[in-house]
Amino acid sequence: MPENAAFPPGLRFEGVTISLDGTRLIALDCNVDPGEVLTVMGPSGSGKSTLLAAITGTLPPAFRLAGRIRLDGQDLAGLPTEARQVGILFQDEYLFPHLSVGANLAFGLKPALKGRAARRARVEAALDEVGLSGFADRDPATLSGGQRARVALQRTLLSEPRALLLDEAFSKLDTGLRQQTRALVFEVARRRALPVLQVTHDHSDAEAAGGPVHCLGQLATRN
Amino acid sequence: MGTVPVTTVRMAGRRPRRARFLPWAPLVTLVVMLGPVLAGILGTLAPAFGYMPALQGTGLSLGPLRALLEWPGLWRAVMLSLGVGLGATAISLAIVTLICAGWAGTRSFTMIERLLSPLLSVPHAAAAFGLAFLIAPSGWLSRGLSTWATGWTRPPDLLILQDPAGLSLIFGLVTKEVPFLLLMTLAALTQVRPASSLRVAQCLGYARITGWLKTVFPLVYRQIRLPVFAVLAFSMSVVDVAIILGPNTPPTLAVQVVRWMNDPDLALRFQAAAGAVLQLGLVLFGIGVWRLIEIAAGRLGKIWVSTGGRGWRGLDQVIRGAALILGATAALAVIAGLAGQVIWSFAGLWQFPDLLPDGFTWRNWHRYGTQLAGPAGETLIIAGAATGLALLLTLACLEAEHRHGLRPATRALWLLYLPLIVPQVAFLTGFQTLSIGAGLDGGRMAVIAAHLVFVLPYVFLSLADPWRAWDAKHDTTARALGAGPDRVLWMVRLPMLLRPVLIATAVGFAVSVGQYLPTLLVGAGRVPTLTTEAVALASGGDRRVTGVYALAQTAAALAPFALALVLPRLLWRNRKGLLHA
Repeated sequence: MPENAAFPPGLRFEGVTISLDGTRLIALDCNVDPGEVLTVMGPSGSGKSTLLAAITGTLPPAFRLAGRIRLDGQDLAGLPTEARQVGILFQDEYLFPHLSVGANLAFGLKPALKGRAARRARVEAALDEVGLSGFADRDPATLSGGQRARVALQRTLLSEPRALLLDEAFSKLDTGLRQQTRALVFEVARRRALPVLQVTHDHSDAEAAGGPVHCLGQLATRN
Repeated sequence: MGTVPVTTVRMAGRRPRRARFLPWAPLVTLVVMLGPVLAGILGTLAPAFGYMPALQGTGLSLGPLRALLEWPGLWRAVMLSLGVGLGATAISLAIVTLICAGWAGTRSFTMIERLLSPLLSVPHAAAAFGLAFLIAPSGWLSRGLSTWATGWTRPPDLLILQDPAGLSLIFGLVTKEVPFLLLMTLAALTQVRPASSLRVAQCLGYARITGWLKTVFPLVYRQIRLPVFAVLAFSMSVVDVAIILGPNTPPTLAVQVVRWMNDPDLALRFQAAAGAVLQLGLVLFGIGVWRLIEIAAGRLGKIWVSTGGRGWRGLDQVIRGAALILGATAALAVIAGLAGQVIWSFAGLWQFPDLLPDGFTWRNWHRYGTQLAGPAGETLIIAGAATGLALLLTLACLEAEHRHGLRPATRALWLLYLPLIVPQVAFLTGFQTLSIGAGLDGGRMAVIAAHLVFVLPYVFLSLADPWRAWDAKHDTTARALGAGPDRVLWMVRLPMLLRPVLIATAVGFAVSVGQYLPTLLVGAGRVPTLTTEAVALASGGDRRVTGVYALAQTAAALAPFALALVLPRLLWRNRKGLLHA
């Protein structure tokens, strides 16, 4: 997917509005630079997850999206989810329960990486990066919360996304684990220069991210 | 911001190459399911009014209708059908309601739930054979009493089976309709949060059953109305069970129509068509009567609720006990009946009033086993093809709903129930006439098409809820990882939903195995399956051969259920997250 030189890299919202039955839920006009984390906050039902659905292309037909969402200059409109190269992590990890930990990671690997041994090695390396060496054959249901979160992160990274979305991704973890996992995710995103958009209702997530915060309902972006 | 172009949200901007069929799947499914019903009704109406060129009926006339009205047994047959239908439905609904009211959420209820699938899969005819052996004058109950209570040395001269009032037929239908209605009620219960309503009612001082009837039942009934109508229509027009357990002179209207259809005198086909149209009218009338009863019960119920009566706890306990006993009797009748079939199929000499045969032998299986192979093979081919097609169409419809938002309106549920509500004789006779005209007479393909009409609704009904309940975030996650919709379907959704898919397949298979009339009429008697052979042999009265066939029929229906339970356990034995899914 070639980068469009006319636009800055990153995740760009150009006059994006999302409405439901004529009521505007979201208005966003900003750019999330590579390695930056934009935090979108708001109470339950304010449309935080709706914004993520607009980016992944899974917005229910009842919603109306206006404006443009660009990723590295490319307009995402009309692209199916799988072609957008946008990784997403939810509150639950959504590890596929019928696949082993290794097969879950391999699901994220691009088909361009050929050969069973090479794919296996890439999966092992990804597990090693997050301290889960030797976990490839494990049943995801036997992992702890923190381990599952790390597997989900690595699976997403193996799919080589160009942006990362976090949908209350840390809200189920207890305080200690939450800080640890959050630090890991933000550090990896910065290292890989991924623009990150996180939606959360927790101020500590926003503080940890250190980037701009957009509060839904106020229709304003503040630094 | 005003100059920003508006983009409409389309999930599939690039059309998936291989998914062209999907948007058409709901329409194709409707045509496959309802086409034969509607065409069959037309094909029945024409000869009912004298038009059937193949039999020199080229003009319209009221002759067939007149001949039907002149048949002396008509009034009794009509009243019998109506009485059996309303009676079986009311008793089944009452047992199911009271079991749920008295026992939902308890350990006993969990046991009842476990028994449901095997009981449901027992073909109607096999259950009826079993029941016939239990209650016949020479049957197990009478033998059991003879040894200590009655002292009978010969079977008593009592008309228990095939009694003129149709009581044994009602009993036979209740044993099979209770599991069906219970399953439908369980599905409805998951949507109405009965536990919290019942807890609130009990905190307000209501006895358990009274509280449940006043708070939960009205919501549940609204959801199970269509299955209740299906039970009513089925009970009024069933043929195989009525041949085995119902009266003969006259039989129910549906049985008489089939007799006329199969009569060597082809002129009786006109009368049969007129009878089939009358059967359709009778079912509609029966549903109308039921609707009136619903309205009256609703009004009385509202008054009952407004009186604030809390119910009497002592009576509540009695009703709870009675409901459990009635439900257990229905289940035991099927189980004991099947046990009787097993024993008969291995029985050597077994004289009245002995409770068990003198000895057991393989002779019956050796003797009839070779004859079983043909019908068993035919049964498996037809059930496999009909279920495979039904599963394909159902999955295509559900996937079209998921990918293209083609979700049917609630009203469309009626269409799904139509083949279950329109009596089989009303359209199968017409379907047969049409397939003769189309040159498809008596072929296996025509029988598969006819089975598909009945298999499809059951496969759809059993798969739709678990399919829709699958968390769509799995889909978003997989697609965000770069997987297209087809890969998500094959690699994620289907494996995760393996258990419900296999159970829907087992349900479809069991429905097909149990089909009597579609096989008989559309196959023109030339496509022998285990069910048609078993019912045909029943008239011979040889319990050994009936036992062999009924067991083979039950095994054909039960085996896929066993596979559906065992396979996921084997495949997912190392996947804790799916073992209890």
